[in-house]
Amino acid sequence: MAEATHEEVHRHPAPTGFIRKYIFSIDHKVIGIQYILLALTAVLVGLVMSILMRLNLSWPGTHWPIMATLFPTGAPGGIMSPEFYLSLVTMHGTIMVFFVLTTAPQGGFGNYFLPIQIGAEDMAFPVLNMMSFWVTLVGFVVLLLAIFAEGNLTIGSWFSKLGESFAAGSGTVGPIGGWTGYPPLSALGKVAGPGQGAGVNLWIISIAIFCVGSLLGALNFITTLINMRTKGMTMMRMPLTCWAWFTTAILALLSFPVLLAGGILLLLDRIAGTSFFIPGGLYVSGSLVPLHTGGSPLLWQHLFWFFGHPEVYIAILPGMGATSHILSTFARKPIFGYRAMVFAIFAIGMLGFFVWGHHMFISGMSPYSAIAFSVLTLSIGVPSAIKTFNWLGTLWGAKIRFTTPMLFAIGFVSLFVAGGITGLVLGQTSLDFFFHDTYFVTAHFHLVMGVASIFGMFAATYFWFPKMFGRMMNESLGKVHFWVTFIGVYAIFVPFHAMGMVGMPRRYANFGEYEFLKSAHGLVLFVTVAALITAAVQIVFYFNFFWSMFKGKKASDNPWDATTLEWTTATPPPHDNFAGVVPEVYRGPYEFSVPGAAKDFIMQTEPEGPDISGGLGEASGNGNGHKH
Amino acid sequence: MATEAQAISSDWGGGALPYRVGHRKLGMWLFIMSDSLTFSALLIGYAYLRASNVWPTPFKFYPSIVFSSVMTLVLLSSSLTMVMAVSASSRGQRSTARKWIIATAVLGVTFIVLHSIEWRHLISEGLTPFQLPAEWAAKWPGATPLFGATFFGITGMHMFHVATGCIYLLIVAGRVNKLKHEDVEISGLYWHFVDLVWMFVFPMIYLLSIYPKK
Repeated sequence: MAEATHEEVHRHPAPTGFIRKYIFSIDHKVIGIQYILLALTAVLVGLVMSILMRLNLSWPGTHWPIMATLFPTGAPGGIMSPEFYLSLVTMHGTIMVFFVLTTAPQGGFGNYFLPIQIGAEDMAFPVLNMMSFWVTLVGFVVLLLAIFAEGNLTIGSWFSKLGESFAAGSGTVGPIGGWTGYPPLSALGKVAGPGQGAGVNLWIISIAIFCVGSLLGALNFITTLINMRTKGMTMMRMPLTCWAWFTTAILALLSFPVLLAGGILLLLDRIAGTSFFIPGGLYVSGSLVPLHTGGSPLLWQHLFWFFGHPEVYIAILPGMGATSHILSTFARKPIFGYRAMVFAIFAIGMLGFFVWGHHMFISGMSPYSAIAFSVLTLSIGVPSAIKTFNWLGTLWGAKIRFTTPMLFAIGFVSLFVAGGITGLVLGQTSLDFFFHDTYFVTAHFHLVMGVASIFGMFAATYFWFPKMFGRMMNESLGKVHFWVTFIGVYAIFVPFHAMGMVGMPRRYANFGEYEFLKSAHGLVLFVTVAALITAAVQIVFYFNFFWSMFKGKKASDNPWDATTLEWTTATPPPHDNFAGVVPEVYRGPYEFSVPGAAKDFIMQTEPEGPDISGGLGEASGNGNGHKH
Repeated sequence: MATEAQAISSDWGGGALPYRVGHRKLGMWLFIMSDSLTFSALLIGYAYLRASNVWPTPFKFYPSIVFSSVMTLVLLSSSLTMVMAVSASSRGQRSTARKWIIATAVLGVTFIVLHSIEWRHLISEGLTPFQLPAEWAAKWPGATPLFGATFFGITGMHMFHVATGCIYLLIVAGRVNKLKHEDVEISGLYWHFVDLVWMFVFPMIYLLSIYPKK
């Protein structure tokens, strides 16, 4: 890093004041923690919403006095209205996908550990990095405003003054059209139902702001990774976490601009009277929609899902990276097939751009297009299977250390397989015709992109917590958290498959009227009980997180006997990560149990040793041998 | 496949800039990739809507096409002056570079002024984002009002980029003595990108909408 060719922009002195140090910090480590705290806040909002949804589904018509107080319009007398339920669905999805699954894995852990793992002292653009976070936070605040604008009559009346399309105060907690915001209903305004006034406007503005924040972040990640790797850190010596964050950043860079364009057009439809997504002759709420003609709701679906499918990989790839990293560390074995893992993660990312049509099989698309999208979708199973078998190969015959991060990483593999396998079912057009918009789909994406990603993040939290805060998290509490959550999420989402098979549709507030679904009510109740228990045990996690921050056992610099660069520096790392020393890398990231070595792990910075030729290309013969 | 020793000694071995460009230049290239997808989405959306509707083709050779060709010429010339600026900057002639950058920004502003005149002209004819002029609607029965929406949406987005670029260039011109050559080059990258976008917008929006000869 000392060469003159390097730019000096990222060299900045350690800040001293509280505000520059912890609030408007340009230190990637502080920004990473800010992202994690944002996600920890957002996930609580999303979780409370999902609990309310479960309560409404299980005991429809019950009076919940607190709801009557909080939402006198949306839940009159404490009984949630169907529209209120739909707005919960929308906001739960939006908050979870954007402000939890996109922020924590990439903005949080990626920000904190990517520069350290490649031996850089900060990101390439520290100020831009700070802006990414603050822009994202503004996006979150705007989304929360939708709750208040629609849920509170007083605040709603302020927004109504902004114009007709900002009509608000409908008593919901936001838009009712789902996180995909399908037009024409999302493009029409108040006439499309409660929550579709200011709620949708704020929703779109929030997403547009989020797009900008993600773009800035992605650009920063890619530049950092390409330009700032320390001496000896070739691409093929990077930890798999870095490969995952790199691929994720490429996906974000190329998919968010398309959503941004779609969002701008949707907002124009609402406030400038254009008809990009509104066809002519539309009857909504019993009256003809005047003045609009010529638009295509399908255009939005194409633009949205061109973003939306890469987005699910944005959520899960960092989890895959963390899982690979953690499995290898606690199996005390090199990751099985490092090269194959790199190609697989990249293949999954790139294929993700060509499969958006599988969300639109029932949109009336040509069967020929559908078959192309279907084949491409199923082909993602190949790199996914490579990853899964390599994870199993890493565990095979290993002396596993069952720490909490390891348990969560194994849980990730389990959930990824359980949720991914139904992707092969839904990716086939003929089966999707039946399963589309049923609980089967809900089960699939919750397991694979929701819970599996979250498990990746739990694993990452327990794994890197000692490096971030200098203290260990409590192992016993961690294990309680793991086992209850692990069993809990299966108890929630396995029955979803069965509900989907009997034809239970997504997004319905109440199934009481449907004779054929009466038999499934027992399952609905069972899921709710499981969800309540699983949600409750997250208190253990929050307690463990904040308690350990101050009272946990003091951590050494390398508590897990791991090999990568973040474990070579102080705990927590100093402002410039390596206290002025530029680390040099001599070997690959997963040199565990090397025969003849003094210890069962060799740090990447260790120059001499039994395997002086270094990298995984040669070192992990068992990693590549299976291919020849 | 290269051996590891080769990989380490190559530019990709760490501790070096693999593309031999600094962070800011790489960042600008990445931004351009990303922004080009925003414009692609808009233009593909335009193509999609145009293909599924009756679309008016109202631009007469004079004044519309002549006028927009002059605008195109102005914007293309600004790319030339930007090349001169970067070339002067590479030889270390900062004050010459500054003059060329200012010339570029002036041409950019000229483009915006011409474009605004054209917008005003179309608006005075009755074109809005949600309505066609009565005359056009009569000539192309059943034509969609999306003509105005796509026209103002796409050219407006482009004009926003030109305006941002002018401000950016003026800042670069003001600080040219403090900046490195690469920073001038980066502003050039952005400017050429904005021009390149127009080279897609001009044929797709204007030339494909020429009034048919009877």
